[in-house]
Amino acid sequence: MAKIEPFGKDGAALNQLFLEELRYVPEWEKVKTCIQCGTCTASCPTSWAMDYRPREIIGLFRAGMLDRVLRSNTVWMCASCYHCVVRCPSGIKLSDIMYILRSMGIKHGLFRRGETLPVLAQAFAGVVDRYGRVAESELLARFYLGTNPLGLGKQVPLGLRLLRRGRMLLLPKRIRQRRDLHKIMAELERGERE
Amino acid sequence: MKDYSYYPGCSAEASGKAYDISARSVSQALGVNLVELQDWNCCGATAYMSVQEKRAMALSARNLALAEKDGRDLVTICSGCFSVLSKTHQYMAANEDLARELTRALRAADLEYRGTVRVRHLLDVLVNDVGESTVRERLKKELTGLKVAAYYGCQISRPKGMFGHPEFPTPLDDLLSWVAAEPVWYPLKTKCCGGMLMTAQPDVCERLVERLLSSAVEAGAQCLVTACPLCQINLEAYQRRINKRFGTRFDLPIFYFTQILGLAFGMGEKELRFSDNLTQSEAIVARY
Repeated sequence: MAKIEPFGKDGAALNQLFLEELRYVPEWEKVKTCIQCGTCTASCPTSWAMDYRPREIIGLFRAGMLDRVLRSNTVWMCASCYHCVVRCPSGIKLSDIMYILRSMGIKHGLFRRGETLPVLAQAFAGVVDRYGRVAESELLARFYLGTNPLGLGKQVPLGLRLLRRGRMLLLPKRIRQRRDLHKIMAELERGERE
Repeated sequence: MKDYSYYPGCSAEASGKAYDISARSVSQALGVNLVELQDWNCCGATAYMSVQEKRAMALSARNLALAEKDGRDLVTICSGCFSVLSKTHQYMAANEDLARELTRALRAADLEYRGTVRVRHLLDVLVNDVGESTVRERLKKELTGLKVAAYYGCQISRPKGMFGHPEFPTPLDDLLSWVAAEPVWYPLKTKCCGGMLMTAQPDVCERLVERLLSSAVEAGAQCLVTACPLCQINLEAYQRRINKRFGTRFDLPIFYFTQILGLAFGMGEKELRFSDNLTQSEAIVARY
């Protein structure tokens, strides 16, 4: 995989990668019918905290500037609540577009330093790959060590309250057929390479 | 007794343990036999979907393949799991390329998914399969005077609302009214709790939760009821922090809908695990 240069130089290449992933989304072609009305932005519970608002993502995609989107905090502020999807008059599945852009950001290392959600998401995937299930306490420990080790201290009071009630397990639960899971993932990767 | 395959989800093993326990108790009482899916794995969740969507769908596809062998509806109590399992099912049906890739991957573990599983949320099963008359038959203690905010959150409401309207569904309100509780009207019942942003972006997420709690409290709710383990912990566990930051005074009990249902069925601590809740639930539990 060629290295992607950020900041404008490879906007066109990013558009291509984006479209390759987008085609898995049912009715993906509707992205072409965006009328820039801003219903998505107005419906989004976190748009006020985003560098680029949801509407602007489609605009920047059309301008071949997805690299700017990926370098912003926008896709990492999306909570996948699907409000934009159910209200979009053009039927665009913007939540799916967010998923695709996050995956691209992680795959090509195009997110901004200090962005916390990629660390959480990657720790999550690592824990699941290892055990087949989520181990909440290990996930949180990895997240805080990877972002803000001091932040872990702030979580101790809540951690203790949960621990006292048996709502936090110190050891992970594992599935039995972890090898099956690994085989499935290996086959999927092999298929993607071909 | 009707059999269903049961997918508890990872939260049910730790932070949402009381949800799992109360869901099993209430289902049993209503003739819903939850048979746990053998060796189920993580659904792929929002967090995994954000790293690699296809791998996340492969995780869900393994669960769907295992459930298909049993030939029953696959029921989950977690809205996130419901959303991801449904999405995988729908996308495999809608996209041949994706179906082919996932089918090939599953075959490496001698599994196959033909697309026949119906993914359900327990709320849907209790409201639509069990229904009003059976719920009323089990009623031992009417929850008269209990003003409750029915909170749906996102993942069972959208993108394809399993209860019709994606922003103003009513089945949870209906279920609560069948046991004589009083659902309050508040405008934010399907607004987002922030999900995993509570960990990654607490500053942003606390504001979302503050609005939800304010909306419920202003409407006169004495407690809030959820159908999702992540919503439950987001709404419950950060009230102290939110009070400190916004100068509010929230101490709103946050229940799983199965706990409140069980309370109306006369069940106690053993079946419902109120002691797991972080907010003050005693006053309400003692009243009924």
